[in-house]
Amino acid sequence: MYNSDNLNELNKRLKTWDETATRFRGKAWRPKMMTVSSREINELYTPLDVAQDGNDSQRFWEEIGLPGEFPYTRGIHHTMYRTKPWTIRQFAGMGTPAETNQRFKYILEQGGTGLSTAFDLPTLMGYDSDSPNSLGEVGKCGVAVDTLADMETIFDGIDLAEVSVSMTINSPASMIMAMYLVVAEKKGIPFDKLRGTLQNDILKEYIAQKEYIYPPVPSVRLIIDMIEYCTDHVPQWNTVSVSGYHIREAGSTAAQELAYTLADGFAYIEAAIDRGIDVDQFAPRISFFFNSHSDFFEEIAKFRAARRIFAKRMRDKYGAKNPKSWLLRFHTQTAGCSLTAQQPENNIVRTAIQALAGVLGGTQSLHTNSMDETLALPSEKAALIALRTQQVIMHETGVTNTVDPLGGSYFIEALTNEMEREAEEIFAEIDERGGVIPAIEEGYFQREIARAAYRHQNELESGERIIVGVNDFVIEDEKIEIPVLKIDASTEREQVASLHEIKQRRNAGEVEVMLDKLRQAAATDGNTFAAMVDCARAYCTLQEMCDALRQVWGEWSESPHVMQVS
Amino acid sequence: MTTERKIRVLLAKPGLDGHDRGIKVIAAAFRDAGFEVIYTGLRQTPAMIVDAAIQEDVDAIGVSILSGAHMTLFPAILDELKAKDASDILLFGGGIIPDDDKDELEKRGVARVFTPGAPTEEAIGFLRDAVARKKTDETLM
Repeated sequence: MYNSDNLNELNKRLKTWDETATRFRGKAWRPKMMTVSSREINELYTPLDVAQDGNDSQRFWEEIGLPGEFPYTRGIHHTMYRTKPWTIRQFAGMGTPAETNQRFKYILEQGGTGLSTAFDLPTLMGYDSDSPNSLGEVGKCGVAVDTLADMETIFDGIDLAEVSVSMTINSPASMIMAMYLVVAEKKGIPFDKLRGTLQNDILKEYIAQKEYIYPPVPSVRLIIDMIEYCTDHVPQWNTVSVSGYHIREAGSTAAQELAYTLADGFAYIEAAIDRGIDVDQFAPRISFFFNSHSDFFEEIAKFRAARRIFAKRMRDKYGAKNPKSWLLRFHTQTAGCSLTAQQPENNIVRTAIQALAGVLGGTQSLHTNSMDETLALPSEKAALIALRTQQVIMHETGVTNTVDPLGGSYFIEALTNEMEREAEEIFAEIDERGGVIPAIEEGYFQREIARAAYRHQNELESGERIIVGVNDFVIEDEKIEIPVLKIDASTEREQVASLHEIKQRRNAGEVEVMLDKLRQAAATDGNTFAAMVDCARAYCTLQEMCDALRQVWGEWSESPHVMQVS
Repeated sequence: MTTERKIRVLLAKPGLDGHDRGIKVIAAAFRDAGFEVIYTGLRQTPAMIVDAAIQEDVDAIGVSILSGAHMTLFPAILDELKAKDASDILLFGGGIIPDDDKDELEKRGVARVFTPGAPTEEAIGFLRDAVARKKTDETLM
């Protein structure tokens, strides 16, 4: 797009420009400016930063192109938000299934267009509410699910053919999905009408969030079993949402988030191809989930680079022929780790800016955090403001009027290229270690993330980096005056009581038979997911299903010595 | 003159919560401050934590809880310390803990509860002072 004469001329003029600029570089001028991920940013970007080789026009088509066309740097749809605004998808779930059901209905009444379910820690770790491991945790970080009955309550009165439902769960994702399918079956909704997303991304659990049960190899098999089943029976369901969110929350840089997440995604794709599933059959149902942090432009560049890397690899490395397999669709959540307990109202502003970065990066759906998340689960008011933040961006700012408004910005394009380069370097490092699973086993990701987190903390404490209200602009003896939601102990009692009632009511013989079949499927190469759907129908508990697999596959634990930080 | 023993601290994550960013940052900061740090990892029961603390002869136990289970887990560790006659080991911690709960826990015997945004230096300073105070108390006894 730039001919060499122009570029030569620009090069010459830049030298003079720089001399003049020096006169304005007073005491306040800093030679080195860094992003939140410690990436150095130039003072100025020009066509020289994006047109680095001679064959510039060809490069334009390979790297940027048009929206809705390969390599999708500018977006996955031709018209983006002009025809299809992003889905406002607020993560919610707390206390008992009945309370979550109420919150869901409230979100839908307020104009939310998708539901997103948070589960409590016992559920996420495959324990029932009456397990000793669950003590004190039932209903705390999300809703407790023990059996199909709980899922029936959560989705009571909600038309599952109309809403898309996202469920944030990983190790026991299959068990929860099996229950969800049976809920739909009982409501008479055919599986091919169901739309939604399951997080179901176990690899990032070993890397960052640490909610794993089984060792990595059988865990990945569990996912591939589900992909196999859903490809045939639940074709509109997004079976895996490959998540960088938690990797970033654990302290990674933007580039690490990008590279580790894509590497995880490619690992699932390779495993499914190895199973013999046609890449074009399942790849369109794999989606991604990224964090949107405060460093505005770096985040936008990250999203754009993600689309381009994915498209290239899917087409060129994995041989996908269907353009739908080349599309990286993603959900965004604003960065919980950027929020502060101090002056919590400021979090509304942080979240709005991060949300805007997600939108300018071309996200398909978005969750905006509530201002009180560093204090507790969101109160109703805080959750409403978070929702309204998205509506203001969508309806008032005009950013939806044109596709990829920042495309062509010298800075954004150069940064997008840089993110891609850095991700490729990290892919090479993972390959050298034998792939994602061996790298997890030796603690590579965990170590790199801990290092980045510590570096960030040191930058805060040295005052190199300012967080408003925390290490500067502090209000002394601040009193926090926002209401905080508390889950009381009655939740645990109620949930345990209802679980015991179900256990009395169900057919115990049938439960045993179904669990046996699940164990058999796990011990052989049967499809574990199909067996779980039968278990769900029989009201087997989540933990009974998880235990059946624990008996066959054992449990994973991370040895702390691989976690050495220094 | 005796050689000053380094402060020994055991760090652990009790409960089911796996969010270990905070505890690892603290581990690195303590190490850089010259403390001897034993990090026992995730999903440690109160009994495991206290046993390890006694075995490692530590001055203090630091735990991180972000899941909301702090009102169950902190008291359980305190009880365990008492039961094993090890209440001389300081218990402190951090996490997403509302102010009311923080006050309540400190009243019940948790030496200090840190909440989001607290700089690592504050935790380092706290531990140095608290351990020094504890040693003076012990000499006086």
